[in-house]
Amino acid sequence: MSFGSLPEFFAMGGHGLYVWLSYGAALLVVFFNAAWVRFARRRYLREAADRMQRYPPAMRAAQETESGRL
Amino acid sequence: MTLKEFWHRLGSPRWFYQISGHFGWAFGALALGLLVIGTFWGLAVAPPDYQQGNSFRIIYVHVPSAILAQSAYMLMGAAGLVLLVWRMKLADMVLATTVPFGMSMTALALFTGAVWGKPTWGAWWVWDARTTSMLVLLFLYIGLYALRQAVPRQETAGRACAVLAVVGVVNIPIIKYSVDWWLTLHQGATFKLTESPSMPPEMWLPLLVNVLGFYCFFGANLVGRLRLEILRREHGTAWVQELMAGGRT
Amino acid sequence: MNPKRRNRLLIVLFLVAGSAATLALVLVALNDNLNLFYPPDQVVGGEAPVNTPMRAGGMVLDGSVARADDGLGVTFILTDYQGSAFTVAYSGILPDLFREGQGILVQGKLGADGVFQAREVLAKHDETYMPPELVDIARGGGP
Repeated sequence: MSFGSLPEFFAMGGHGLYVWLSYGAALLVVFFNAAWVRFARRRYLREAADRMQRYPPAMRAAQETESGRL
Repeated sequence: MTLKEFWHRLGSPRWFYQISGHFGWAFGALALGLLVIGTFWGLAVAPPDYQQGNSFRIIYVHVPSAILAQSAYMLMGAAGLVLLVWRMKLADMVLATTVPFGMSMTALALFTGAVWGKPTWGAWWVWDARTTSMLVLLFLYIGLYALRQAVPRQETAGRACAVLAVVGVVNIPIIKYSVDWWLTLHQGATFKLTESPSMPPEMWLPLLVNVLGFYCFFGANLVGRLRLEILRREHGTAWVQELMAGGRT
Repeated sequence: MNPKRRNRLLIVLFLVAGSAATLALVLVALNDNLNLFYPPDQVVGGEAPVNTPMRAGGMVLDGSVARADDGLGVTFILTDYQGSAFTVAYSGILPDLFREGQGILVQGKLGADGVFQAREVLAKHDETYMPPELVDIARGGGP
């Protein structure tokens, strides 16, 4: 261990502001990268499920045939 | 599976989707473990530097983010080449999904560098060759993002981005060798291929752990983004419809 | 590899080689301007501009740091340890890492008398990191 006590650890020998700013930014970047994937995936799956319920594949195929878009 | 078979299978997003689920999680778990250990080690256990004191600890986030910013770009360059030559669908997806990650890593490297520069150099920012070439990398990422948004047709956008990504790779050796080719304020490389690092193991081991942790995080993040991109782009195919209907995504 | 792909590969390689060559030429042409500062031999040798804002750098010569009576003014000599050195005058707060033997960058103007009037002093450090105890051992002091 490099530090004797918790306050010493937080003070970082007077460089606390710089050290904690850097680590805070790193945590934010890692967190948002990870969270974005989970969030975007969930939202996409929910929307896809909604679409699926409203227009089941069979019905959509029929519609597309009717409107001549094959 | 031979290399040639593997190459052919990579052409199928469906195959990639099926195999990637598990190793995405494995990368994620590894990343979490390595990053917790490396960060704690670097913040609390490693000794301070004789000159810089505890502000030296910023190295444990600055160096990994800078390495990942460049590695992510190299991956995009490779994906761009594969897309231009072999027209592989998955390569375009890699090209698209790596941009936000690489951009965030570049921004993090620049930010932590500024925050480290203030107490050590005495300035937040200096226009030397290293910092400027790193800023160019950030602009390349922003350019790639903007280009994809600006071109409506997916195939055209993909090829335009691939050209920019491949050409932009020439910036990577400039970043790497900037500190050797020109007089800069930034110090030389921390990890070199041919020499052992000029610091004791109790200082570079936590750095190595965090670098590996960042790589695993990149792996996990890229797999996650790719799987979503595959679902989006292949939503009309029978296998995705089947997956969705069965709720087994 | 089928001929179509081989052609595409050649085009891409040509593109990369072309842009790399262009960039290399630009960088070589700009070479001196890409250096952040003038080293001591260029300052002494007259290659650095006089009375123009610029940066110079070198190592602080041992025993050369002299503080003025008002407490803020300081002069020191920057050297490359290879025969070239110049004096710097500065008034203000020095960075934490400022010490004898340290790499230092100064921003300001070089006077006609050869003294560099600095507005800003920046510390340069190298990639050698060491715990404090090891430095004591290296200097023969023991922990």
